Amino acid sequence: MSDVPAGLETLNFSFSDGQPTGAFAPVLVGVVGSGNLEVMLEATASTDCVVRVETSARGFGSIWQAVMTDFHARHPLAGVRISINDMGATPAVVSLRLDQAVAEITGVQP
Amino acid sequence: MISFAECSARERLALLLDAGSFHEWLPPVERVTSPHLAQLGVPSAFDDGVAIGRATLDGHTVFVAAQEGEFMGGGVGEVHGAKLVGLLQRALRDRPAAVLLLAESGGVRLHEANAGLIAVSEVMRALLDVRWAGIPAVVLIGGANGCFGGMGIVARCADFIVMSDMGRLAMSGPEVIEASHGVEEFDSRDRALVWRTTGGKHRWLTGDCDALVEDDVAAFRAAAIAAIGASKPLTLAALEAEHALLASRLHALPADNAGKDEATLLWSALGIVDAQRVPELGVDAVRAMRTIN
Repeated sequence: MSDVPAGLETLNFSFSDGQPTGAFAPVLVGVVGSGNLEVMLEATASTDCVVRVETSARGFGSIWQAVMTDFHARHPLAGVRISINDMGATPAVVSLRLDQAVAEITGVQP
Repeated sequence: MISFAECSARERLALLLDAGSFHEWLPPVERVTSPHLAQLGVPSAFDDGVAIGRATLDGHTVFVAAQEGEFMGGGVGEVHGAKLVGLLQRALRDRPAAVLLLAESGGVRLHEANAGLIAVSEVMRALLDVRWAGIPAVVLIGGANGCFGGMGIVARCADFIVMSDMGRLAMSGPEVIEASHGVEEFDSRDRALVWRTTGGKHRWLTGDCDALVEDDVAAFRAAAIAAIGASKPLTLAALEAEHALLASRLHALPADNAGKDEATLLWSALGIVDAQRVPELGVDAVRAMRTIN
């Protein structure tokens, strides 16, 4: 028996070569609705950018890996925890939400 | 003009309240989420579909809750309901100028079964306690999902209801009526019929809401400010007057209504001239047509 709840899949990613983001107020964008997702960014003391995804669409781990790798190439963050609740968003929607969340970080020098 | 219907719950809070004044309790970073949804394979939301907190509105301290209709149709689960109850109970202690509820909900979140049903009943009790304490409870309804089921009852327990013409308020939703009584009784896909019988204009004309506004965040803000002092007496006499109003409405419809539009007949029976024009008229025109005080 897996400890993953039936129907939901949890995915974890970590990137270690980003630029420190510094302190910022938590950011939440998007809504957990059909074909949509919510993305929360929080500052952490770590030097990594860690990502945790909970999704109702099982079996798309390799696509999530690609989307997150692309995101990290666009925005190489460090000291950030990204938490995602997903209800079947397409890769394009996920990328847009991630970019929106980064754009809403305040108190950070570009 | 910014559409209230098209905003998320959090966008409504940001635009309706005094800028930057919203202080959230149990914010998303606390991760107080549903204990039930994951077991059913349904993703949770970090705020369980409702944001609660305090803010200022035109300088007055208010407590406010906003339901997110896109998450589970705004359904009230165990945590979602507990957040509403906690907000209302804290209002008893801190006595804000008003409690605002930006309602958008299909009612009980059926995935959470009895926990959701109990949660809604607790919300009703807490809301009535707030009214009994003399703190106005104001419900704003303008989301695309409307305000139905248990939350429809909660809304009608409040002191003051603001609706847009986009907003809908009822107990059983259109699909529920069609499923239980058949498509001949109610065709849930007939959008004009749905709005004639549950929409903001209908609720205004029948006296079920207290303000009818455009689908505009600024209009909702102005109506909410005006409603801050709108506390109504919570007495047996007021309840009996309400029952009398509802009983007379039940008999207002002419017996010979076969094949005719019942909403139009009811508006006519209430003394509204040119009732058949209501669906095509703008909010300002319909606001002036009300015959009930």
